[in-house]
Amino acid sequence: MDIFLQQLINGLVLGSIYALVALGYTMVYGILGLINFAHGDIVMVGALVALTVVGLLAGSGLPPIVILLIALAAAALVCVSIGVTVERVAYRPLRRAPRLAPLITAIGVSILIQYSAALVWGKQYISMPAIITPSEIRIGGAQLTDLQLYIFLLACGVMAALLWFIKSTRIGRAMRATEQNPDIAGLMGVDTNRVIAFTFVLGSAVGALAGLMVVLYYGLGHYFMGFMLGLKAFTAAVLGGIGNVAGAMLGGLLLGVIESIASGYIGDWTGGLLGSNYRDVFAFLVLVLVLVLKPSGLMGQRVSERT
Amino acid sequence: MIKQATLSPALAQHAGLRIALWIALAALLLAAPFLIDAVLGRTWVRIIDVALLFMMLALGLNIVVGYAGLLDLGYIAFFAVGAYAYALLASPQFDIHASFLLLLPLGALVAAFFGVLLGAPVLRLRGDYLAIVTLGFGEIIRIFLNNLNRPFNLTNGPQGITLVDPLHLGTVSLAKTHTVAGITIAPVHSYYYVFLACVVASIFISARLEDSRIGRAWVAIREDELAAAAMGIHTRNMKLLAFAMGATFGGVAGGLFASFQGFISPESFTLLDSIMVLCMVVLGGMGNVGGVVLGALLLTALPEALRHAGPLQEALFGAVYIDPSDLRMLLFGLALVLMMLFRPAGLWPSKIRRRELAATREPAGTEGADVRR
Amino acid sequence: MNRRTVIGAAVAAAFAVALAGCKKEEPAAQKTDAPRAIESAAVRIGSASPLTGPQAHIGIDIRNGVQLAIEDANAAGVEIGGRKVKLELVAEDDEANPTKATTVAQKLVDSKVVAVVGHFNSGASIPASKIYSDAGVPQISPSSTNPKYTQQGFKTTFRVVAHDDQQGPTLGRFATATLKATAIAVIDDSTAYGQGLADAFERTAKEAGAKIVAREHTTDKDTDFKSILTKIKGRNPDLIMFGGIDPQAGPMVKQMSELGIKAKYIGGDGMQTPNFIKLAGPAAEGVMASMPGLPKEKMPGGAEFLKKYKAKFNQDVELFAPMGYDAVMVFVDSMKRAGSTDPAKFLPEIGKTSYNGVIGPVAFDEKGDLKNAPITIYVVKGGKWEALETVSPQAAPSSAGAGSGKK
Repeated sequence: MDIFLQQLINGLVLGSIYALVALGYTMVYGILGLINFAHGDIVMVGALVALTVVGLLAGSGLPPIVILLIALAAAALVCVSIGVTVERVAYRPLRRAPRLAPLITAIGVSILIQYSAALVWGKQYISMPAIITPSEIRIGGAQLTDLQLYIFLLACGVMAALLWFIKSTRIGRAMRATEQNPDIAGLMGVDTNRVIAFTFVLGSAVGALAGLMVVLYYGLGHYFMGFMLGLKAFTAAVLGGIGNVAGAMLGGLLLGVIESIASGYIGDWTGGLLGSNYRDVFAFLVLVLVLVLKPSGLMGQRVSERT
Repeated sequence: MIKQATLSPALAQHAGLRIALWIALAALLLAAPFLIDAVLGRTWVRIIDVALLFMMLALGLNIVVGYAGLLDLGYIAFFAVGAYAYALLASPQFDIHASFLLLLPLGALVAAFFGVLLGAPVLRLRGDYLAIVTLGFGEIIRIFLNNLNRPFNLTNGPQGITLVDPLHLGTVSLAKTHTVAGITIAPVHSYYYVFLACVVASIFISARLEDSRIGRAWVAIREDELAAAAMGIHTRNMKLLAFAMGATFGGVAGGLFASFQGFISPESFTLLDSIMVLCMVVLGGMGNVGGVVLGALLLTALPEALRHAGPLQEALFGAVYIDPSDLRMLLFGLALVLMMLFRPAGLWPSKIRRRELAATREPAGTEGADVRR
Repeated sequence: MNRRTVIGAAVAAAFAVALAGCKKEEPAAQKTDAPRAIESAAVRIGSASPLTGPQAHIGIDIRNGVQLAIEDANAAGVEIGGRKVKLELVAEDDEANPTKATTVAQKLVDSKVVAVVGHFNSGASIPASKIYSDAGVPQISPSSTNPKYTQQGFKTTFRVVAHDDQQGPTLGRFATATLKATAIAVIDDSTAYGQGLADAFERTAKEAGAKIVAREHTTDKDTDFKSILTKIKGRNPDLIMFGGIDPQAGPMVKQMSELGIKAKYIGGDGMQTPNFIKLAGPAAEGVMASMPGLPKEKMPGGAEFLKKYKAKFNQDVELFAPMGYDAVMVFVDSMKRAGSTDPAKFLPEIGKTSYNGVIGPVAFDEKGDLKNAPITIYVVKGGKWEALETVSPQAAPSSAGAGSGKK
């Protein structure tokens, strides 16, 4: 039972990270109908920027929390700049183009960001200087660090903040309007271009936060780390219902737990036929099953069949 | 024939001139390996061989993406399936050594089977979701190939399959150097001809498909699926057919690849390779056979040419500031973005596609209105 | 119509320019700072390893070792068959990719190298070996450990590193006999190297009577091992063995300590790097890893090699540079004995090598594998790798076996 509890905890923390990244995907998809392939790479850039800043400030004597905040600010600044630029230059001109074009552009942008990062940071794995030492918390027989707890709480907090934001502020309303029907929203006085740009700002900022969390949690960064993370996070977003903020959170947590449990128990369940090496396959299978059986996801609204 | 549409009117009228051009082209293609060998060296003959294989892949993907409009991000899985089908039955793995005459068609069949398997559940999905799911399938196939060495050893896992049989008929093996009428024919030359024949066949099949009822059904589905269904087209079957036909090209190319390289492992069939093939199709000209072939050639040969960027930087700047391989990827990403912005139909577009993609740029118009198609 | 032909012509022109820049493939030889050339024949030695991509740090390290060897040899003056020759390095990037490796192999063969040090990973060495074999160019891999590499029946394949069927069992014996582990969990990274090593280890440990309580797999791109480690924790092993490389081993060890797993941790040469210690942080203390070859301090010329390397390249040796260095020296030694730089002539001499290199005594068996390859087990103490024990299939300690009969 302890082991199960531990796997659950592992899954929830992993899932929190997926959720944070998924929020960026879901917001952009909700408003533009575009899978921003490059989002995972923006998270990666945030992670590497944060890592660099921490590395620079580690010996300076500032309290760790201050260092982390500065790192976050720097990462957010860089990520938001990239996100907004990409939207303006690569996605906006293609808003009315058929599906294929922005998708391919997104792939191109993703590659550009990855290899620009490789230029700046090199292709090595870069380690994070340890400025905080997590302390242990025991729950039953399972072990948890306070860092893990913070990540989980942070993800929940960010989601709650976003939900409130979208529900209660003017811009939030404008975002919802643009999501539902951009042309009518435009007619009602919403500057859709501004709103879309703002969505990217928000998504990239949350992405920067996610990057910081990843690098704190795993202790290392790498120019290629955004890819798999992005894919899994997108799966999480779809699982929860793409376009739905609460859905992204739910999908993320659920995916993390599924992965953890499956990875831990699949060997036993199948008598050794399948093992933990099939872990990534689970995520994809989940994606396929959701899309085939319930394309709107767990919390999404029914989307019309019309292509 | 397709060529007709792209030559200038004057040329089109002179049948004699056209025939002469064809003969010249054929002669050039037949002499190519020896010419390239003499001018650029054998390495480039090898590169052209690989380019020919990728032309086949690009032509196959062209059927799925270019003709039927289904975005497939996991196409390399068919290549992998074909390669493994060949390797498993023509290597020491199970000690079976079947002939390529059996194995290449078998590879095509197996790939087609997987094409249907992949296509069936995803037919209802919209563009973006389809892309992601096909991506997932591509990865799943690769992961399975990498891990099917336990509990019993099917694919030999990450170690791959070595000593795959080369193409051979009786005692004549393409892996040996032969001398015919005083000319030395090395393996890279022999394989060139085999690959060339297959590419020509692929081009022929693609052209016939495009100009058939099936091809027109695909165009209809691509432009407006509801209307197509309303006109009585079996959209489901047509889409499945697209997947299956596209897959067969990949399957055959895979078998040829395995025999050429003598060694296959899951590392050759990653997502990046799928994306590469997609870009060959997109950058070259979706839906246009000539464009796709051009795209394949460019994207295989240019990276090799770019290797010189390293020494070039050293000569000019005294140090290498950008790794040639990084430079290649950067240019690649940039090319994708720029192409989509300025020339989405590709370098050598098909007329239909060009019209489609240009028409939807205008804000008015019935099909472009909904941002979230 | 016009625009299209213009664009088509532009593309063709660009392509032609790029191609023209290539000419007949004679890749420029790398600049080495050997003393200015005595007018002598230049003998080209090829180096093939990943210079870009995730394993670039290891590939560049290999190339550096080769470069250093060539410079040292040139500085000392190489005389073969009564003639002074100058060695030249031709380094190519295979991106650790099988298909690129064959292109690179073809390139090296075309540029008339007499020998090749390469490639890094077995996935590259194996397909490339066919091309080298067809061309009669001898190939010494400094790092490929897949046993199949030398089992293809080619006369040109050699390696100067213990392969998985040697290193794995050595680790297994060490684990059971020395560490007295009875409950072992084994993890691999699903690569040819990692899985090969783990499988060989598992077999040997089982034969020695240990119980394998868990067999798990991850990939060479993963960073989260909590679920696998949690499952293993439930099985209570006293030792965890990992077949894989440092980007996975580092975080894995870190997460082990976060989960409170008290088992010992051991792995292969893929994680025996300074990078591992950086990635794992304080959790690295006590971790053990094997590395083919003698400890660098015990290597004849080992300490000196490290110093020389650091002085020239301004960084520590990553992993296989000494192997790359010795590979070149073995080639030179064979050429000297054959009195010729013609591969057809000195290839047979390579098999008869008995050379004392930086890595220790070098001799090959009939397949081209390293004979009596000593393997050293290291442990992390005080944030550094320290040699713990050297094991040899024939327990011949550090007296560098001069002249002991080979083959």
